[in-house]
Amino acid sequence: MTSLAAAPPERRVPRWLARHETLLAAVLIVALAILGALNNRFLTLDNLLNQGRLMTEVGLIALPMTFVIITGGIDLSVGSVVGLCAIALGYSWKNLGFPLPAAIAFAIALGAICGFINGFFITRVKVPPLIMTIATLALYRGFAEGISQAHSVRGYPEWFYFMGQGELFGVPTQLWLLVAAIIIAGVALDRTTFGRSLYAIGANETAARFSGLPVDRIKLLVYTLSGLMAGVSAYVLVSRVTTTRSDMGIGYELDVIAAVVLGGTSIFGGSGTIWGTVVGLVMIQLLKDGLALTGVKGDATIVVIGTVLIASTLLASSLQKRRDVGG
Amino acid sequence: MSAIAMETRAAPRASLLRRLSSQEVLLAIAIVVLALVVGAINPRFLATRNLSDILLGNAYVAVAAIGMSMVIISGNIDISVGALIGVLATISGSMAVAGYSIALAWLVPVLVGIAVMALQGAVIAYLRIPAIVVTLGMLSILKGGLISVTGGKWITDLPDSFHLADIELFDILPMPVLIMVGATILAALWMRYTAQGRAIYATGGNPEAARLCGISPQVTVVMVFALHGLFAGIAALLFATQLKVIQSTVPPNLELTIITAAVVGGVSILGGVGTVIGSTLAAILIAEIASALVFVSISPYWIRAVQGGLILLTEVADIVRRQRRVAGDSR
Repeated sequence: MTSLAAAPPERRVPRWLARHETLLAAVLIVALAILGALNNRFLTLDNLLNQGRLMTEVGLIALPMTFVIITGGIDLSVGSVVGLCAIALGYSWKNLGFPLPAAIAFAIALGAICGFINGFFITRVKVPPLIMTIATLALYRGFAEGISQAHSVRGYPEWFYFMGQGELFGVPTQLWLLVAAIIIAGVALDRTTFGRSLYAIGANETAARFSGLPVDRIKLLVYTLSGLMAGVSAYVLVSRVTTTRSDMGIGYELDVIAAVVLGGTSIFGGSGTIWGTVVGLVMIQLLKDGLALTGVKGDATIVVIGTVLIASTLLASSLQKRRDVGG
Repeated sequence: MSAIAMETRAAPRASLLRRLSSQEVLLAIAIVVLALVVGAINPRFLATRNLSDILLGNAYVAVAAIGMSMVIISGNIDISVGALIGVLATISGSMAVAGYSIALAWLVPVLVGIAVMALQGAVIAYLRIPAIVVTLGMLSILKGGLISVTGGKWITDLPDSFHLADIELFDILPMPVLIMVGATILAALWMRYTAQGRAIYATGGNPEAARLCGISPQVTVVMVFALHGLFAGIAALLFATQLKVIQSTVPPNLELTIITAAVVGGVSILGGVGTVIGSTLAAILIAEIASALVFVSISPYWIRAVQGGLILLTEVADIVRRQRRVAGDSR
């Protein structure tokens, strides 16, 4: 029964996904051309590399978020984890006297712990992911605010800014990090047992459990990864903006989830690709940049991203329905 | 089939009574104990002025939490309500300053609130998009829209008659408290004793069973969101009229405070269970904690951590209780 039910989507989904991503890539190219024609500063190498720099913090989190959403979960706490890790970095260095490399490691480890706590309550206590991560959205941000008492930390040594502001072989440093993370995430999702298990869990968790997959352990790992990458993202962000504040990362969940959903990952779980997320990510960053260059202010930009989020989910769900009817 | 459906419908009603008493009594005790403990540390906390400030200043949270409770009981969530309240408060204030009649300045935001929420409810119910995606998108649309339209400019010179929150009935009953208590009682009675009210629990408990009972889960969800919009509109009026200026920005993290009130009030995120009396008491408790922090010299910057901890604690307690009940029901 389960094998019969699971088999057809397994064969059909990738073909449709390929179409979704091709479509998205086509839209992306058209958008690039239009924005380039409208503004001659847009299609310059400098601008594009700079956009890559700005995209990294959200991108690093969007990769594990793709995993989370494929398993049918969600993580709304990522923005708060970024805030807490940024504060942990600055506070442990400035106030606790950690050497800066140790402070960076501490911040990233704390991110992993935050993610682990989410995963632990979701898998062991069975708190639904939505409410768990709303609770920690408040909790982690609250810790960031409570610890920092609205004080910012500045004055990092020069070498610290290499990750956020430096260049390696003419390309922004953090872009190498993002590319490496994309390749690892893509291979892990597509070519490993772990990756394939995510689809099985998202498509039918009970069936996955009965097939002997360690569902709880995999989910725990996925949420921990989400927190870990939010920690890495916090390090990149602090290094780029040269200061630490407790309001860092507010609203990241919107950008991250919009990129993942726009990239064709089903919000209901069971399907999605890293490649799609990357295209979604680039689209959103170019949209922001294009709007900014044509004179639209930052606040109006989030109106567009919110609309894109709802519209792409609507589109994906109507395509899904048509496919279900056709099949 | 219908026997099963009847059973799932009846089950929450029986456990509802049990939960109703336990969660509400628990919250009431917490409110009193906290007041006594903080009062012992710092007697100024118990001054009538401070206690009434806590109630008056936060009544709007309790009113909005009524609608949020209904949304969560129906098995959904809404994170756009804070942004919506900001938008509605700005609409109301702008209309009052522009010289529209006060009645209109009070009525239009409420209608807009109902319309926006009903629209979200329709997208969620009929197009089957998860509530979190729709309301996350709407949150950013409202937030970005508000700031880019107003530029965050403060609205001042509001006419005196505009201040709904300043009205005192018979010179003793302040409007915010009157609305909070009235809305809570009406909503609680409606949800408990009318078919539509019961339909919310049925839809949240088991939509399929509700459908087999002749309830339309779609219509119920749209109705719940429309009501949520109504309460958000009333909350926005109280919020807009309690100060002499309207900041025309989105109150930061208001949606989190409202969700906390609903969840801590005993509304289960798994749907089907909870009461609005609990959510109102929880809203009061949360406001009391925020004020208490100041009186025992703890930095108010910790308030959000306390909120997050409260949600987590309530949810874990709720789930453990459910599991124990399932284990006890061994059949």
